[in-house]
Amino acid sequence: MAYGRGAAALKAIEGVSLEIAKGEFIAVVGPSGCGKSSLMKLISGLHPPASGALTVEGRPVSGPLRSVGMAFQNSNLLPWRTAVQNVLLPLEIVEPHRSRIGRERAQYRDKALRLLESVGLAGFTDKHPWELSGGMQQRTSICRALVHEPDILMLDEPFGALDAFTREELWCTLRDIQAERKVTVMLVTHDLREAVFLSDTVYVMSQRPGRILKRCEVGLARPRDLEVTYTQPFQDIVHELRSLIGGRH
Amino acid sequence: MDRGEFAIKLLSPAAFVVGMFAIWELVCVLFSLPLTILPAPSEVFGALWQYRDPIASNSVVTLWTTLLGFLIATVFGLLLGIGVGWHRAIYAGIYPVLVGFNSVPKVAVVPVLILWFGIGEIPAVLTAFLISFFPIVVNVATGLATTEPELEDVLRALGASKLDIMKKVGIPRSLPYFFGSLKVAITLAFVGAVVSETVGSNRGIGKLMLDAQAAFQVPIVFAGLLVLAVLGIALYAITALVERRFTRWAFRGQNAH
Repeated sequence: MAYGRGAAALKAIEGVSLEIAKGEFIAVVGPSGCGKSSLMKLISGLHPPASGALTVEGRPVSGPLRSVGMAFQNSNLLPWRTAVQNVLLPLEIVEPHRSRIGRERAQYRDKALRLLESVGLAGFTDKHPWELSGGMQQRTSICRALVHEPDILMLDEPFGALDAFTREELWCTLRDIQAERKVTVMLVTHDLREAVFLSDTVYVMSQRPGRILKRCEVGLARPRDLEVTYTQPFQDIVHELRSLIGGRH
Repeated sequence: MDRGEFAIKLLSPAAFVVGMFAIWELVCVLFSLPLTILPAPSEVFGALWQYRDPIASNSVVTLWTTLLGFLIATVFGLLLGIGVGWHRAIYAGIYPVLVGFNSVPKVAVVPVLILWFGIGEIPAVLTAFLISFFPIVVNVATGLATTEPELEDVLRALGASKLDIMKKVGIPRSLPYFFGSLKVAITLAFVGAVVSETVGSNRGIGKLMLDAQAAFQVPIVFAGLLVLAVLGIALYAITALVERRFTRWAFRGQNAH
């Protein structure tokens, strides 16, 4: 995958080959600018690959996949909508909900409310984004990515802008969501602890043009408690990943 | 509104206005300026009262030509703005034309309009329209063009069409820009109408002032200026009110919450 044309083209990622199983939680880590986000855009079908093949559930990807939910570092909530209205947004776009939402608004609203309650936002559903804390905004953003029951959840540094405590809280929220829904998750992050705590497999990418340096299976048993992050096996994996990424110390 | 805010929002501007008139009056008396150079506020208000009927009837003409021109500019500006903001190619192509068009002083266009439509209210309406649609177009187009790319990705990944993205995100998002531009546009429309009246027309405040000036009735000229200022403030205030009403979410920083 490349940006620009001809000789000046900037190759963002090159020779990346990875296979994600259904219901698997993978994390992609690497130095900044290594093409992690490009990989995500590629898989979601937003950017067609310059060369190579991409298949989801056996079918080649030719355009945006509707079965994808996305959330970014910036929660990107619409400020003129309340939390629950923001969560309903994908349903106003994706079929078959799109043609039903006019008639069945109440049912859909209930569904969105339940989803928000499940991430601990009961009582904040009718607040506007600026009335919510950063963590709450990010929870809302994740609910928006989940509401149309996508098969794949793509998260691009979703917790990057949060403080350490809120981040750990949201790790647990995400862990529970994934355990409950069995959704396939691709998490792009540069927080190694986050990657190891949450995922089944961690892919380490190199400097631009991004290649996959290592595929690392996290053997830690599920369900994982936050306590696991202080154990030796966990630390060993994080340490190994850290040494692969390099950089000046 | 508590007392402190009341003092700042109402008393402070009132005190400034009264103070300005007091200084003006004082200067006129102290230097005994002739009426034909600078009439004192007392003279101006006197003229305003004495000629209230012609001033009122001419104000009404200026007001409706302004509002009609502004209305056309709003509709046209909104549509063109959406068109321009729709795609980068349209944006790039039409922008220089718009800037060039906007750079032409509208006072130079009025004679052409009079040539086409004759002396009357139509040139005033058209001048008001021509002068005021530009900020609306630019603001709406900018609002649309600056939609966060990630937000677009979220929607595109769901299979949203360009029209969907416009309806759900682009247009609501550009509403504060749109209403903000209306405040600028209404003032400009007013300027356009008066300029057109001054160049060639039968009625309106601009025409009234032109006639008064020709007859050396300087207090009436100033009374006209005063009326223009008051009308300008009123129109601006109404538009600002509409803006706050429709885009409350964009003013969150200024409202206690």
